[in-house]
Amino acid sequence: MAVGELASKTLHELRVLLDARKTSAEEILNDLLARIERLNSSLHAYIAVDADRLRRQLSTPSGGDRNSRLQGLPITMKDNLCIAGEEVTCASRMLAGHRPPYDATVTNRLKAAGALLIPRANMDEFAFGSSTENSAFGVTRNPWAMDRVPGGSSGGSAAAVAGDLAVAALGSDTGGSIRQPASFCGVVGLKPTYGRVSRYGLIAFASSLDQIGPITKDVTDCAWLLSVMAGHDPRDSTSAPVEVPDYAASLGHDIKGLRIGIPKEYLVEGIGREVRAAIDAAVKTFEGLGARCEPVSLPHTPYATATYYIIATAEASSNLARYDGVQYGFRSPNSRTLSELYLNTRAEGFGSESKRRIILGTYVLSHGYYDAYYLKGLKVRTLIKQDFDQALSRCDVLLTPTSPTPAFRIGEKLSDPLQMYLSDIFTISANLAGVPALSLPCGFSSEGLPIGMQLLAAPFREETLLQAAHAYEQATEWHRKKPSLP
Amino acid sequence: MTYEPVIGLEVHLQLKTTTKLFCGCSTKFGAAPNSQTCPVCLGLPGVLPVLNERVLEWGIRTALAFDCTIAQIMKFDRKQYFYPDLPKGYQISQYDQPMAHQGFLEIHPEQGTKRISIRRIHLEEDAGKLLHEASPTESFVDFNRTGVPLLEIVSEPDLRSSDEAYRYLVGLKAILQYLDVSTCNMEEGSLRCDTNISLRRVGETGLGSKVEIKNLNSFRAVKLAIEHEISRQAAALDRGERIPQETRLWDAKRERTESMRSKEEAADYRYFPEPDLVPFMIARDRVEEIRKTLPELPAQRASRYQQTYQLSGYDATVLTQERTLGELFEGAIRAGAKPKLAANWIMGDLLAYLNAERLEPERITIRPEWLAHLIELIENGTISGKMGKELFLRMVQEGVDPAEVVQQAGLRQIVDPAALTQLADEVLRENANSVAAYRQGKVNALTFLIGQAMKRSQGKANPQQIRTLLMDKLDQMKEVT
Repeated sequence: MAVGELASKTLHELRVLLDARKTSAEEILNDLLARIERLNSSLHAYIAVDADRLRRQLSTPSGGDRNSRLQGLPITMKDNLCIAGEEVTCASRMLAGHRPPYDATVTNRLKAAGALLIPRANMDEFAFGSSTENSAFGVTRNPWAMDRVPGGSSGGSAAAVAGDLAVAALGSDTGGSIRQPASFCGVVGLKPTYGRVSRYGLIAFASSLDQIGPITKDVTDCAWLLSVMAGHDPRDSTSAPVEVPDYAASLGHDIKGLRIGIPKEYLVEGIGREVRAAIDAAVKTFEGLGARCEPVSLPHTPYATATYYIIATAEASSNLARYDGVQYGFRSPNSRTLSELYLNTRAEGFGSESKRRIILGTYVLSHGYYDAYYLKGLKVRTLIKQDFDQALSRCDVLLTPTSPTPAFRIGEKLSDPLQMYLSDIFTISANLAGVPALSLPCGFSSEGLPIGMQLLAAPFREETLLQAAHAYEQATEWHRKKPSLP
Repeated sequence: MTYEPVIGLEVHLQLKTTTKLFCGCSTKFGAAPNSQTCPVCLGLPGVLPVLNERVLEWGIRTALAFDCTIAQIMKFDRKQYFYPDLPKGYQISQYDQPMAHQGFLEIHPEQGTKRISIRRIHLEEDAGKLLHEASPTESFVDFNRTGVPLLEIVSEPDLRSSDEAYRYLVGLKAILQYLDVSTCNMEEGSLRCDTNISLRRVGETGLGSKVEIKNLNSFRAVKLAIEHEISRQAAALDRGERIPQETRLWDAKRERTESMRSKEEAADYRYFPEPDLVPFMIARDRVEEIRKTLPELPAQRASRYQQTYQLSGYDATVLTQERTLGELFEGAIRAGAKPKLAANWIMGDLLAYLNAERLEPERITIRPEWLAHLIELIENGTISGKMGKELFLRMVQEGVDPAEVVQQAGLRQIVDPAALTQLADEVLRENANSVAAYRQGKVNALTFLIGQAMKRSQGKANPQQIRTLLMDKLDQMKEVT
């Protein structure tokens, strides 16, 4: 087999090869490591990969479920998911060298399923960003165009999957951090329903919005991973005691009669011409598959970005208060007093986007401003959620672009945070409403950049999303295209 | 000018659940630093809190004991500030929707009773502890206390004197001990108290500027601090000064308060709803289930004592103010002691002993039946009242049963008439001078002779019997001559 061939396959393809004993977990890992060795210095999808450590782990029996679909398969982890004993930094100086003593719940579940975890996919610092340019440890490049961003904040995970430096990966999504990079990199990304996947061990950005989800080469892999990750966790009070179906089992059913809503507020000016065309074509494809598409309205959409940046920054400012140099992570040397320790540690440890968000969040929670910002934000959030309740009572699925444009150039939006924030304009509502949302490839721009579409469903209807996405995937070839990398 | 002080109290109470508020770590006091911690209470990146159901139940039980209304929705908030003993940079607390509100506690000032309103009771997590002693240049943090459940009980400013404040605290502590939810130990910090005081002219209804006083380490400190603060504020007002709203610290050594921070310097805690804990409903029938588990409380017990044992209101209050005293009292009665006698021993000798030794009543180790034995030994004349007092001391100090001591040491009183007659004869024979003096009409001589008899018997002779015997014999001698 040629180098990179195994790495280019999906989880379910590798499963077939493994079960037929045509390859081994060791071969797969070695192929992946060879690929990483060759490409990571230019793509920088991973902050660091400890190949020896991974090989050693593989040689020690995992003890995982021998019958699991994921037995022996490598899963890449975003650098904000805790694995006991493995460095995890959120791509921040603040946590450089931090090794948690415990496993995240998703880590636990993947380990129990026999997966081999590959840590440290690059990301925007503390998941603050839409381009992975805010990593303290270097920019990740888009495998489809090295001068383009991979999206963010899970840009490392998406780029690794797209560039075959990963078979499948986990990311986290607070306002689009799985879906937007998945669309920029031409792969599948799912943000589950809030409460579907335990957040225990995900280093928090905004607690009421964060969800962990899969980034994969196709919809089947996405279903496989979600089945393992999802489910109630007594360690996370916000995780829902809702039964987990075998998501893969729902794939392959036809979607005749599926009601697809097209929110009219999403197809407005500012959206790229080619993105618009790809979405229109996708609608046609779905109709050809027997789905009924109709326009719907999510009237509070224009307030989503403002609402999001109030709630997300407020929670972030609080969640990041613990990085004070006292117990773990970075501590500025040469501080003589307690307040110097705090000020220097946080001034030197955080990057500028983190500081911007901490300041914004601190402001909106300040005495005298709480009602005008945070409380108002919560109220608008309720209205946005009601929009979705209403639209999804008439439709099974909503269809939108994932991002207004394909991947932008590295550095293009770095100096204009507001422009950067607007690249999440189509994804943040799903987090505010708590509904599941999936991005999958639906075309390419004239420059050869992937375009993604987003499907949304009612809470805990991931099955419907995956079923619709799978039907579309079967009818199209977008997911088979690979970037040309050396 | 005469002023009326307006006083409110905030009590922080550590609940003695075996595990912490949001994780499974032990809450045991005095363990090696940081030995009772886990990723959750250490606030490591990625962890989440999970509410300890037992804490909620105890919190509700406590609130019901003060007749509070229990909130329908349980909601937590984050109180944010930076301090090394606060590993998350925020404390999980309850802000605008406390667990319970609108309760009361009745106190008994010199005359009558007074109802003190309780504004709110809420749950929150405790912070860690800074250790400065180990090094002159470094401080260390012990996170064992981090996440220990606290109840904050806030009174309305209904108190009007240091004495009322003291009685409120004593009454509050009594109820908490009856509920058995806290050790209520101020030295170990399981009960902490802040107070706020303002003064206004007698007759006025508005409120003056509120001064909060922290660092009060005992009920006595609360009392002293309030007295000091009242006179400090009164003097300032008399000078025509305005009282600034501020927080002051009590300096126990110098017995005075010192300014800590002004209103302007007060922290902005940026409270907001804790997103990691979803608000949830408290079922009304669950509250009623918990209400059924409430034990007999001090006020109920006091009225029972008055009715059942015919104790005075004062006696009944004293005996029920400390749970252990009431338990000793009732236990002694069950073991056969007469109620009034048991009450007298507890309120007299026992309280005097505890006061002298500065011991808390919960440190009492004597068993109720021992007290009953002691009372019986005196009642049936086996030992004298004086011996009883000595035995009482041995009982509380050494933890011994008086009945056993009497048996083993042969301390039984001599009541045998033959033995006593022999003793009287000996004393009369050896003290001819005194006998002569008595016969000449010096009645004092009898007292001397009784003393001699007691001395010879090493205090065991029954004083009444020996007195009668000696008098009879002396009178017989008179008649003979």
